[in-house]
Amino acid sequence: MAKLKPIAILVLFLLFMLAGSQVHSQQRFPKPEFDSGYVQPSPTTPEPRAVALEYFDVFVLLAVLSLASWLAIRKRSRKGLLWLSVFSLIYFGFYRDGCICSIGAIQNVALSIFDPAYAISLAALLFFLLPLLFALFFGRTFCAAACPLGVIQDLLVINPVSIPSWIRKTLGFIPVIYLGLAVLLAATGSDFIICRYDPFVGIFRMDGPFLMIFLGITFLMLGMFYARPYCRVFCPYGVLLGWMSKFSRWHLSITPGECIKCKLCKDSCPFDAIQVPVDKAYRTPGVSRKNLRRFILYVGLIPVLALAGGWIGSKSEVYLSRVHPDVYLAELMISNPELREDEENLDIQAFLKSDKTFEQLVEEASVIRNKFKKGGWALGAFIGLALGITLMNQVVFRSREDYEPHRGDCFSCGRCMDFCPVDKSST
Amino acid sequence: MAKDKAYSRRTFINNGVRLTLGLTVVGTGALSLSRSKDGKEYVWQIDPFKCTQCGRCATECVRAESAVKCIHAYDLCGYCDLCGGYFKPGAKLQTGAENQLCPTAAIQRKFIEEPFFEYIIDEELCIGCGKCVKGCSAFGNGSLHLQIRHDRCLNCNQCSIASNCPSDAISRVPASQPYMIKGSFTREEEG
Repeated sequence: MAKLKPIAILVLFLLFMLAGSQVHSQQRFPKPEFDSGYVQPSPTTPEPRAVALEYFDVFVLLAVLSLASWLAIRKRSRKGLLWLSVFSLIYFGFYRDGCICSIGAIQNVALSIFDPAYAISLAALLFFLLPLLFALFFGRTFCAAACPLGVIQDLLVINPVSIPSWIRKTLGFIPVIYLGLAVLLAATGSDFIICRYDPFVGIFRMDGPFLMIFLGITFLMLGMFYARPYCRVFCPYGVLLGWMSKFSRWHLSITPGECIKCKLCKDSCPFDAIQVPVDKAYRTPGVSRKNLRRFILYVGLIPVLALAGGWIGSKSEVYLSRVHPDVYLAELMISNPELREDEENLDIQAFLKSDKTFEQLVEEASVIRNKFKKGGWALGAFIGLALGITLMNQVVFRSREDYEPHRGDCFSCGRCMDFCPVDKSST
Repeated sequence: MAKDKAYSRRTFINNGVRLTLGLTVVGTGALSLSRSKDGKEYVWQIDPFKCTQCGRCATECVRAESAVKCIHAYDLCGYCDLCGGYFKPGAKLQTGAENQLCPTAAIQRKFIEEPFFEYIIDEELCIGCGKCVKGCSAFGNGSLHLQIRHDRCLNCNQCSIASNCPSDAISRVPASQPYMIKGSFTREEEG
């Protein structure tokens, strides 16, 4: 730190020199001396939102998470969860304009780890951590009642249709890819795609570009039939929450007492997250042996898939790195040198006017592309690994005698609880 | 008995995985925090010395009415009669709309004393297109410049204008100093 100080002072000094020289070059007309007693106004500078209010948001999130977990697990109140979720929609959605949100905070965390110049705000970090820690202990109560994106879809579940398992599993793999891509693009400082393609933020703000609003309305309409489409098919934060929730200490249960296998709850879940009892057929020697062989095959496939994924990922650096504006500009100028003369191309004209030389730009672009090469390996390996584990889980059977929520997929919304005829007081 | 054993094994594995996941999450948080020591709150702002007045501030903001407005650093203004930010080049010195550079007539011109005029931005009308800024920088002192107004900015996680800014003029600045107004640069230098 002490070593850096003189450098910092030098940089500041140079900056001031630079700023000063530009000002003087522009000061063509001296400021007049007024005789008429004219008082010069000063420009207004409205302050940004106070930092204290950011911490208040964290406090609200903590309170909502605690209350939601209590309502889902102890109080077992669907009504309570519903009203709490409406509060979150109004507060985090419409009042706070959908920003700050835990889903987007993934990118802030990724950028802060890989870019030493970027410092994460404590509020953003806590928005990332708190729901994950709660999911580790109480399941995905965040999705049920705290996430405005989830709630706005949940309130519009009108006529949910049951989706075949293989379609759900296949579509459910998209969020893993989305998560990997979002982390890679954020870590390289290229783009925050989760925020760019947040479908509901335009609705929360009642303002936004056409694509944002269009995406939001499409998702909401789709969600009337395919319940919570964004959560199940895109949400990258849901991937992390699902991992946590699978191993959660406590979790919402359908029945307050002992399951009597009445099947009444079977169709109550709009998200197909209720698992039916598994009969013992798979324990018969023939089936069991076949499963074991497949299990061993899939376990062996995991490292192969991870390596193959990494290799493919590293090959995609050329395409992926184009998302970064510097790489895009450098490539454009190399492949189309005649664009330098194009007055209409603002990006190239602005670059030509800047102090940066073309060689510096190419140098920077190649540094970024190198990052993408390493990142591509990690992204591909991550996707391969996830694919392998998903495959392996297809042949792992757990004996299950009761109707239970699937801990990874269950949003803890509590709809199923009202369908259970077992009396609370009898237990 | 066998079932009990199986159950306790599963509980043991679950507990172990839970502990690992918990440590990973907390570790990620700690790493993220340790790599951002100053832990400041940031807001987006335009560096007026990097801005090239390309006009994208008016169109790229996620809000229909951009959070970027023109600001007048009166300290630098020459109070000219022939204002490069107010009049179209070569136009008559008359305040008719056809002579004004601003597409929304958001600059009010007021006579102060011979031969000086004051120029005030009407923020309600300003769309942040930067046409006046271009004129003022080309023919005047550069006292008009664009700034992100924090009563209007939603402080998006990734500023939509910043990702489309051709000159990288928009960056995160500490929330304690949320504006980069040209006059204060000169003041600091002189003082």
